[in-house]
Amino acid sequence: MKTVEEIKAAIEAAVPGAGVEILQNPGPSGQHSLVLRPERAVQVATFLRDDPELALDYLSNVTGVDWPDKEIVEKVKVTCQVVKTVDGVEQTVDETVEETRKRVELGHLEAVYHLYSMEKKHGPVVFRMRTANRTDKVELPSLTPIWRAAEFQEREIFDLYGIVFNGHPDLRRILMWDGFKDHPMRRDYVEPDDFEYEPTAHDEVLARAQAHKIATGAPVAPEGAGQ
Amino acid sequence: MSAPATDISIKLARQEGWNRPPVIEPDGEGELLELAMGPHHPSTHGVFRMDVALDGERVIRLKPVFGYLHRNHEKIAEGTSYLASMPYTDRLDYFCSLTNNWAYALAVEKLVGQAVPERAEYMRVILAELTRIQNHASSIGFLLQEMGASGTPLMYAFREREKILDLFEGLTGSRMMCNYMRFGGCRVDASAAWLDATRKVVAGIPEFVDEFEQFLRTNEILMARTQGMGILRPELAVNAGVTGPMLRASGVNYDIRKVDHYGIYDRFKFRVPLGDHWDIYDRYMVRMLEIRESIGILEQALKEIPGGPVMDSKAKIRGFRPKPGEAYGRIEAPKGELGFYLISDGSPNPYRYRVRPPSLINLTVLEDMCLGHNVADVVLIFGSVDIVLGEVDR
Repeated sequence: MKTVEEIKAAIEAAVPGAGVEILQNPGPSGQHSLVLRPERAVQVATFLRDDPELALDYLSNVTGVDWPDKEIVEKVKVTCQVVKTVDGVEQTVDETVEETRKRVELGHLEAVYHLYSMEKKHGPVVFRMRTANRTDKVELPSLTPIWRAAEFQEREIFDLYGIVFNGHPDLRRILMWDGFKDHPMRRDYVEPDDFEYEPTAHDEVLARAQAHKIATGAPVAPEGAGQ
Repeated sequence: MSAPATDISIKLARQEGWNRPPVIEPDGEGELLELAMGPHHPSTHGVFRMDVALDGERVIRLKPVFGYLHRNHEKIAEGTSYLASMPYTDRLDYFCSLTNNWAYALAVEKLVGQAVPERAEYMRVILAELTRIQNHASSIGFLLQEMGASGTPLMYAFREREKILDLFEGLTGSRMMCNYMRFGGCRVDASAAWLDATRKVVAGIPEFVDEFEQFLRTNEILMARTQGMGILRPELAVNAGVTGPMLRASGVNYDIRKVDHYGIYDRFKFRVPLGDHWDIYDRYMVRMLEIRESIGILEQALKEIPGGPVMDSKAKIRGFRPKPGEAYGRIEAPKGELGFYLISDGSPNPYRYRVRPPSLINLTVLEDMCLGHNVADVVLIFGSVDIVLGEVDR
């Protein structure tokens, strides 16, 4: 079995402009992964499957990961000139102030693929593809034409994470129902508050239901109902 | 028809769309009937729906519909600590809770680099093989049930399964929701009396298998209905990620116990049964033979099991926070490759927790196997996949 570095070199020799990067795994499992550029991913995947030495004919696991936008708070030392009165004389003095700055690092969605070889009995080779952001550029190429095993799993990622796989033969929701709006596996997903009124012994749930009914103008269940 | 059992390579001449289900044209007489089989149908093993288009009796389209049992297991697991998901893995494939436990424990042990003591490894093998026996026996019972042998053969299988479930109850306190394994070992040790009881049960299984196999091997109706039915070509099986007895019945020699040698499987002698007609009959014969191989593994394990602790002394129970990193761990569960993919960000909860469900992925090829067959055979082909909806929908 080749190491990730060797696989990277093999890919770059076979697919010009593949631009593969290695993502080191700091944990003890030693499963490092390759980051593919989405525009070259289909060629690279075909190479991984058809290369006689790698022969990664079996796609075991496909999954999504959500990396939300991160607000990074940094403390920066800034030197600025301040006018101060020192010993009764007005002077311009350099002063170092600590300033808190915030910047937002754009998040992305990620699809992770675990490959094995049934012919050579080796693996896993892990690779991932990343979307540009989490809102409007969430498209990745589908690898279902190469490995049929991705068919339901990519549908699941589309359903639960909202990555759109271009070239997928049948991209529909798979676990949630068709009219469902959001993507529940995203980390910032908030459950909707529109459940039906239901008799329950839990005061907290009752209170939330009551608040919801008042907010939406729906009829409020009579006091003490269902107790 | 003989199978090129070794040539499963991907170098076959392929045209565009070779791995898609074929398009079957209706014969032009009469209208198509669109039928929803399920979600409440006795043959679907739970709440599962197949939307089929029928031309007379012939299936020309089939779309599986999932999600009736979806509870977003992965989201729940990401909101709780690592250990708290262990009992929840029991509910994935509720026929095989112990192999689910093992797969999850294995993935977490990979994530943190945790060792497992010898005795615990033996306990895991014993429990996993008992699980495999009762799963395969029940699945064959269901086949006979679905073919119209109502009740009796299934009860034969369940009688045997009950003996194994009694062992599980004696050890873990629960028949099906065992919640037995921990990161770095097992929860409780087995007493000598329990091991003796297990030996006794294992000694009785071959007789049951011999008797049970008669139903499969010599029954004319069964052979007529299963042989040559629901053929799955090996190259498609590999490409579609089919695993477990389904894959081996298509002639592909791939058993994760042999490939990964996880746990201590390299110490046991056993063979991997393969099919060479790729049909329903082969799938069930492979399961039957796997039961026999499992009995062999159990006999070896019960003979060799050493004393000692069942929990690694360095294993952390409280304040369990893996260092950042990720790991994918997989085992050969009775239904196929069960994998867990975990990403840790250093907090007590997994950042990403993913179950690779064999039941769901084995259904990818359901349409390919069913097309062109009569609607009554769809029930059998679907049954031969051997799924549990708790794992399909999660």
